[in-house]
Amino acid sequence: MANFSIKHQPGFTAIAATCFVVLYLPIIVLVFYAFNAATSTSEWGGFSLKWFQSAWQNTQVIDATVRSFQIGSVAAVLATIAATMAALATTRTAAYPGLTFKYAAINQPLMVPEIVTGVALLIFFSRIKIFTGYSGLGYLIAAHTAFCIPFAYLPIRARLENMDLTLERAAADLYATPWRTFRRITLPLLWPGILAGLMLAFVISLDDVVITEFVKSGGQDTLPTYMLGQIRRGITPEINAISTVFLLLSVAIVTLFFFISRKRD
Amino acid sequence: MATAEQVAKEAERRDVRTRWLLSAPALIIIFLAATGPLLIVLVYSLLTPGAYGDVKWQFSPEAWLSVFMERDIFDDTLSLAAAHVTIFWRSIKLAIVTTIATLALGFPTAYFMATRSEKTRDIWLFLITIPFWTNLLIRTFAVLQIIRNEGIINTILIKLGIVSAPVQILFTDTAILIGMAYVYLPLMVLPIYASMEKLDFRLVEAGYDLYASRFQVLRRIIFPLVRPGVIAGSILVFIPAIGAYVTPSVLGGGKNMMLSNLIELQFGQGRNWPLGSALSITVMIIVMVALLAYVRNAGRAEVRHG
Repeated sequence: MANFSIKHQPGFTAIAATCFVVLYLPIIVLVFYAFNAATSTSEWGGFSLKWFQSAWQNTQVIDATVRSFQIGSVAAVLATIAATMAALATTRTAAYPGLTFKYAAINQPLMVPEIVTGVALLIFFSRIKIFTGYSGLGYLIAAHTAFCIPFAYLPIRARLENMDLTLERAAADLYATPWRTFRRITLPLLWPGILAGLMLAFVISLDDVVITEFVKSGGQDTLPTYMLGQIRRGITPEINAISTVFLLLSVAIVTLFFFISRKRD
Repeated sequence: MATAEQVAKEAERRDVRTRWLLSAPALIIIFLAATGPLLIVLVYSLLTPGAYGDVKWQFSPEAWLSVFMERDIFDDTLSLAAAHVTIFWRSIKLAIVTTIATLALGFPTAYFMATRSEKTRDIWLFLITIPFWTNLLIRTFAVLQIIRNEGIINTILIKLGIVSAPVQILFTDTAILIGMAYVYLPLMVLPIYASMEKLDFRLVEAGYDLYASRFQVLRRIIFPLVRPGVIAGSILVFIPAIGAYVTPSVLGGGKNMMLSNLIELQFGQGRNWPLGSALSITVMIIVMVALLAYVRNAGRAEVRHG
């Protein structure tokens, strides 16, 4: 028993290794076949970029991508502003009446299965559509903003709770107005949290399938709902190519997020 | 003249008011585009279906009856709706098996991550976070390409001569199960890892000093201490699994419906919005029961270790 390690558990390392391989293998295969020259995804026909090219020339793909970005950026910004204000209102305070209610209300979208929210919004928005005659992107933006708020709220609140009150008290002692204190002290300190919240919200909006699928009107496909439609119809390597670009984008944002939220000062 | 006490009270009142104003936008958006519409679903579940979708404003308990029952078209008698019961059973069964499968794989993975050195831990965490934030549809699609008849699994099996014809995995319950376990695994690993990271290994050492076996240490020391993480992970997997839409749509094909597909059907070809609403609320109730069980369990775990 010379090398007795208290941390060893039989088989655990093997299972963990399997998990990591299994998590990444399908994604690697998917990316690999995006560079396939063959028309079918079942055989390898040599290296080619033609599916990326064909996706790039597919106006439906481009339209859906642009729409995804429009909805994602507007919803993420709105959600982050609302979440920042809500985080300021719910942290660094003694318990006050309504605080628990606010926590519950803000996290509510996380507790309800997406399909239920999707159905609820379908019904609600279809009424409003009849009533107002408006059928633009506003509905999708409203829906995305709502379910992005709890995600944006998480890192902002975490950051606020770890922030020191001393500097703000010092500013107040030096006759800074509350707004000036916020602008010059709180906001710069909170910035990494806000940025992390914004990126999280953007990724969440970009990834959404279910709620978008139920809320969208005709011709309002986002990239994920467009892809779902294509996959249901049958697959070509073009979907692999789109997925590959999408994956790269997500990985880039996640990497950025990871480093921003890990950075401690 | 106001006393100091009055001034303090007034300041506090003003602070609370500011805090309500600050949280108002978030609360209003969530109420309008998430919480509020759920109440409308409840109302819709009690109305009569319209001929072309939507509803007629006429009370009817029919939707709730047809969640589990069906009316005989000839003599109007009620009997158990076999199709709905099958779908409910499949959804609950698949959600539970997915939770167990991800736990069986995720627990050792989280343990492995938590026992690495401080420096490398971040790398493993990063590796598990990437799939967590990459699009669920893309990951489901990746699974589809692996398990279909021309996919890598069947190709290898045939090349090795283990099977002569491809094994049909796609469009079965097994496919949905594989897909859900795959996409939800990070949701299980992350909370367990969060508990495991705080684990005090001196307790483990003490266990070995007292002649505990590896398994006894795992069962009597490690598992009870990370139980909150295990419960949180299970709930995080179970809730999206019971309402899963993308995975069964892509991997289950048309026949192997889960609850969400049944709900979607009512708002599409089925043109029975009240039934779709009643089914949605039923899914909500299942989720709420699971959440309540979680809250009670988490509370108990805290009492024991607090």
